[in-house]
Amino acid sequence: MSADTSKPLAPGVRPAVGWSLLGSELSVLFRRLRTWAMLLALAAVPILIAVAVKLSSRPVAPGRGPLFLDRITQNGLFVAVTALVVCVPLFLPLTIGVVAGDTIAGEANMGTLRYLLLAPAGRVRLLLVKYAGAVAFCFAATVTVAASGALVGVVLFPVGPVTLLSGDTIGVGESMLRSLVIAGYITVSLLGLSAIGLLISTFTDVPVGAMAATIVLSVVSQVLDNLPQLDWLHPWLFSHHWLGFADLLRQPIDWTSFGANALLQAGYIAVCGTLAYAKFSNKDILS
Amino acid sequence: MKEPSPTQRGAAAEELAVETHGLVKRFGQRAAVDGIDLAVPRGAVFGFLGPNGSGKTTTIRVLLGLASATSGDVRVLDQSMPAALASVLPDVGALVEGPGFYPFLTGPGNLMRLDSADRHALPATRRQRVADALDRVGLTHAAGKKVRAYSLGMKQRLGLANALLRPRELLVLDEPTNGLDPQGTREVRSLVRSLAAGGTTVFVSSHLLAEVEQMCTHVGVMSAGRLVAQGPLAELRSAGQRQVVVETPDAERANGVLARLGLVPAATPDGERPIEARAVMNGGLAGPAPEVIVAALVADGVRVRGFAVEDASLEDRFVSLTGEGFDVVG
Ligand SMILES: Nc1ncnc2c1ncn2[C@@H]1O[C@H](COP(=O)(O)OP(=O)(O)O)[C@@H](O)[C@H]1O
Ligand SMILES: [Mg+2]
Repeated sequence: MSADTSKPLAPGVRPAVGWSLLGSELSVLFRRLRTWAMLLALAAVPILIAVAVKLSSRPVAPGRGPLFLDRITQNGLFVAVTALVVCVPLFLPLTIGVVAGDTIAGEANMGTLRYLLLAPAGRVRLLLVKYAGAVAFCFAATVTVAASGALVGVVLFPVGPVTLLSGDTIGVGESMLRSLVIAGYITVSLLGLSAIGLLISTFTDVPVGAMAATIVLSVVSQVLDNLPQLDWLHPWLFSHHWLGFADLLRQPIDWTSFGANALLQAGYIAVCGTLAYAKFSNKDILS
Repeated sequence: MKEPSPTQRGAAAEELAVETHGLVKRFGQRAAVDGIDLAVPRGAVFGFLGPNGSGKTTTIRVLLGLASATSGDVRVLDQSMPAALASVLPDVGALVEGPGFYPFLTGPGNLMRLDSADRHALPATRRQRVADALDRVGLTHAAGKKVRAYSLGMKQRLGLANALLRPRELLVLDEPTNGLDPQGTREVRSLVRSLAAGGTTVFVSSHLLAEVEQMCTHVGVMSAGRLVAQGPLAELRSAGQRQVVVETPDAERANGVLARLGLVPAATPDGERPIEARAVMNGGLAGPAPEVIVAALVADGVRVRGFAVEDASLEDRFVSLTGEGFDVVG
């Protein structure tokens, strides 16, 4: 065994803020096969939709199927929006549940949590970095759907100016931008769910359990949102505004629902983040 | 084996790298660690010895701030834990309850990841430090492989490499030779010695007496959550009692004579010759001389066929301390 050639940190050097850990988190997350598999599956959704519409002989009757499905054949730019609408209730929460539920429980399960904390990563810092990773995944997931949709739409269907819900018409560039804004809206929509997943993840060493619980909660929230008897509860459900991005397809853009959604998600982040901190900051790491 | 340096031995109040007072850790009602007072001198290679389930790993978790103590004080490198965790841990390298790695990353990939979690570690030297650490544990050849494809012994080595990513004042190694072949065990032993020679305090837990005997200067013995003995290895060895063993068909009568001479009859180990009387000499060398004992035995008509004075082996000492062999306790 060779001599130790590593050099000590010069005395007086203050520790860095520690962006390294965030970089490492993102690189571990996005180099992981599982992450790629989920993004590929999401990318396949708009492709499936577009191909199915292209192959079907009968035109889609207006008002049937998911929002905007009937418009795809006239304008390929609608594929992205349609695919996002299709993915919001289940596919996106499914993948976010996997990533957010895995945050702490996955590290505990692999035995890496104790070594991260011994490094020392710092418990609060680790929670923040883990959440940041989940947020990055939310963004990557929605952008993947939107980008794949835009691409397949351009390839399979005619593309032209888009008529908005308000009756105004916008150009191709502008409509691409709108797709991106909608992707942003959906990313924000998923932040609350990510915080819930992070919180659940601090309670267990079994990642699959945390993932399943997070996904089930996303379904429960949407079911409750559809029960008229519980309308007093609806504004407080984290999924309440998930499909409320129609306002972004008006001219000028109506940001009301975006704001309401952002506020609601911020509330979930604050509450779940605080609870996760309370749980994790003095948890015994026995994994 | 490394002896404490004269200055350390001469210091009025020995400087301690790890110190606990009345440390208790309960899981529910059950105390896994039951009021221990550890004192690990700086520069020592401290063997933390105890059967499986005696509370070694739990103690280590509390020392390193992974788990909180139910009660008691912990000081590591002269700072109170877990309050000073952020400033203490960068100087501590640790292997706790086996290695833990991302199976989908390579060995170096894993070390880069864990090093990046340490805010005190310079990113500029990261690659070099990882390579050096892998070299020290003899894993350079496996650098390209994913950890998924590592054997348990290779993972254990990678865990050691992680503890060595930066120069440390204290190394805490929980059963570092688990899963290693004899060759690997020897390498770990020499690695520990070379680290200790460089001034690092090493706190190493083990359930194997032989291992501790071969690499430690100090030892603490755990039994069912209690620290039943602690001190320099040499001291503990000499504290072992001497035994008189008389081979005779008249065991009962021999026991009577021995008792009259102030010796305490001891049990004959199971499965050994039944025609034997054993007694412990109180006060070590100060007991009656062997010839005096033999004369007294013969005078009383005990047919002495064999006679020996045995130093208790360290193993006997530990068995008597822990009240059991090195088996698992519930
Ligand atoms: N997470 C836990 N929950 C409950 N009991 C535990 C836990 N971890 C360890 N124990 C108990 O604490 C005792 C000491 O365990 P441990 O410190 O792992 O022993 P050692 O490392 O000496 O083998 C054992 O009896 C074990 O059953
Ligand atoms: Mg153990």
